[in-house]
Amino acid sequence: MWSLAKEYWRVLTRPSVHFSLGFLTFGGFLAGVIFWGGFNTALEVSNTEAFCTGCHEMSDNVYQELKPTIHYTNRSGVRATCPDCHVPHDWTNKIARKMQATKEVWGKVFGIIDTREKFVAKRRELAEHEWARLEANNSLECRNCHNFSYMDLTRQSPRASEAHEEFLTGGKKTCIDCHKGIAHELPDMTGVPGWQ
Amino acid sequence: MKTYAFIIVLAVAATAAWAAEPIATLRGPASLIEQATAPSMAKVSNTDLRRMRNYPEQPPTIPHLIRDYQIDRNANKCLSCHSRRATVDSRAPMVSITHFMNRDGQFLASVSPRRYFCTQCHVTQQVTKPLVGNSFVDIDSALSNE
Repeated sequence: MWSLAKEYWRVLTRPSVHFSLGFLTFGGFLAGVIFWGGFNTALEVSNTEAFCTGCHEMSDNVYQELKPTIHYTNRSGVRATCPDCHVPHDWTNKIARKMQATKEVWGKVFGIIDTREKFVAKRRELAEHEWARLEANNSLECRNCHNFSYMDLTRQSPRASEAHEEFLTGGKKTCIDCHKGIAHELPDMTGVPGWQ
Repeated sequence: MKTYAFIIVLAVAATAAWAAEPIATLRGPASLIEQATAPSMAKVSNTDLRRMRNYPEQPPTIPHLIRDYQIDRNANKCLSCHSRRATVDSRAPMVSITHFMNRDGQFLASVSPRRYFCTQCHVTQQVTKPLVGNSFVDIDSALSNE
């Protein structure tokens, strides 16, 4: 094992005998472009709604619940897809989330939520993960679209503008504190602050 | 054969006579064979202003949007503002104390299951004209008119 590593190190540290410097430079550059492009393309494919709803766990449960809500159907036709809310948009956090998502592959393989009953039984736990994530990052995925700096409180209903002025302006609460269940059905809310 | 023809003629004549009469229906005045234009869908009133009750027992109407509000055994979105504890922050009217009462008149610690489903009695109002006229006057107006 150790001798094999030494052999590889010897090959790597010696100048190339058969390939020109130009070939190695430009070939390496091209291979890098292809690898990086391929990686990002694969990442983008895994970040589409078609990919998420490719599994029946997602398409039969949470996707169906999203459909009647305002984040799917509304007057202006602007809508949020799964990754808009559930995957961070900047690169480092996105990769971190993608690594976490390997747990979801595990869940898919072993059928953790492969029936409606199993999904409903597990919904509170899954929802709590998402609430915790959004509380920790100050509802970043909401704010990717709903930027408070551009939010005109005077154009909101009196009820909404009063609540936003009191709780959101001073940072007393974050979006998810009041807007739980905005896009999916809620689990049993016993013991969740602010719910009966 | 003759009998059938007679029945058909009679049926057509009866339909024509019936259609000619101006009967007020939700379908409107369009005859059976034509497709009436549906009225445009009314918007839900969202003024946040409390409306006067027409009689003391009337369940107050909801003056705001309640789209996608979940009310089931898992969660009650209405109570996240209108419950006793939530009204401090929300400043929404608290659910009336009658809602804590069971059918034997006993007051419970929280909203009684039989009063839990808010939209059974409390409804939003739409910005539209009433379909039919209404000459209802409340008791105060009735008394002062005497």
